[in-house]
Amino acid sequence: MSTAVADAPAEGQASDAPEAIKSFVVTLIIRRFDPDVDTEPHWQDFDVEVYPTDRVLDALHKIKWDQDGSLTFRRSCAHGVCGSDAMRINGRNRLACKTLIKDLDVQKPIYVEAIKGLPLEKDLVVDMEPFFASYREVQPFLQANSTPPEGKERIQSVAERARFDDTTKCILCAACTSSCPVFWTDGQYFGPAAIVNAHRFIFDSRDDASQVRLDILNDKEGVWRCRTTFNCTDACPRGIQVTQAIAEVKQAIMRGHA
Amino acid sequence: MPVEAADTLESTRSRPGGTLYRGREGMWSWVLHRITGVAIFFFLLVHILDSVVLGISPQAYNAVIGTYKNPIMGLGETALVAAIAFHALNGIRIILIDFWSKGAKYQRIMFWIVIVVWVVLMLGFAPIHLMNVFSEGSAS
Repeated sequence: MSTAVADAPAEGQASDAPEAIKSFVVTLIIRRFDPDVDTEPHWQDFDVEVYPTDRVLDALHKIKWDQDGSLTFRRSCAHGVCGSDAMRINGRNRLACKTLIKDLDVQKPIYVEAIKGLPLEKDLVVDMEPFFASYREVQPFLQANSTPPEGKERIQSVAERARFDDTTKCILCAACTSSCPVFWTDGQYFGPAAIVNAHRFIFDSRDDASQVRLDILNDKEGVWRCRTTFNCTDACPRGIQVTQAIAEVKQAIMRGHA
Repeated sequence: MPVEAADTLESTRSRPGGTLYRGREGMWSWVLHRITGVAIFFFLLVHILDSVVLGISPQAYNAVIGTYKNPIMGLGETALVAAIAFHALNGIRIILIDFWSKGAKYQRIMFWIVIVVWVVLMLGFAPIHLMNVFSEGSAS
């Protein structure tokens, strides 16, 4: 029943499509790497027929399903929420599921490669463990010393909630951290994503461990590694003002409190 | 280990273009800041050495400084002033990003202000300096 309902509009669209929407052929050049046979990554071309409504992720699906099943990439929700498919598209970090092909220069080939600075595992998949290790290190969870009133929640004013609203949007896709020139050469650097998630709790009025996190980030490999290149802010698919958040953490460390 | 392997092996094929990260103003201002910073450091090294000669004798110092009076060094001086002017102006921009609460918001426009002010300064300096360099070179 539910399938029938879901299929009906899709079919209606498909029958309209040939007259309404014109397809076109676009070339994707993908940086391939198979650890079992390759010693180094190499580029491979694919011609794909796509519609203006298609995203880079749809093109990757068409390649994987119809042309070369060995193409490896991560994706989960495909709607810009899970943060699985961050990759470097035409030299910039983006989510494949949030990048419409028609918004890129379709006259030229589209270059797709894995994000930079994390160990390459296969094709577009990298080992995210160093990234998540940094994330865990900043203690990204509520630590409150007080107990809330019996059967009630901790009260927070609108202004207090707004203070860290921007950094609650993070989906941990690693687009920011892997766009950072400092992180490329110094894998020990916490990276923008970890600092963003620390910011989210440092400036939360309900949290009591701000000082601990500020101490963690007041490290040689902490916020002071940031060289304000703004690559992270430009790369963030959620529009988080990442460099601004890092600057606020720097200021809090210098003040000595959040 | 795979990180380094992947990085050093980039651009081995004929399409290295895709592997250069296409950052915007912020990234390029940082790249320029680094390059000019290192260049100024090497100038300072030479500058300290030639100043030390003054301790030996004023004549020796004059002799060393005299060797700088040629067109190649003149062009080098132009590049030096260009590097210092950019480094200084962009340094102010970085200070504002760090210490002004709205610095991060206006970093892009501040970069272009830096470039405009830098061009104006260089337009005032470079023609006069180069005229001096090349007219003195032919006169002496």
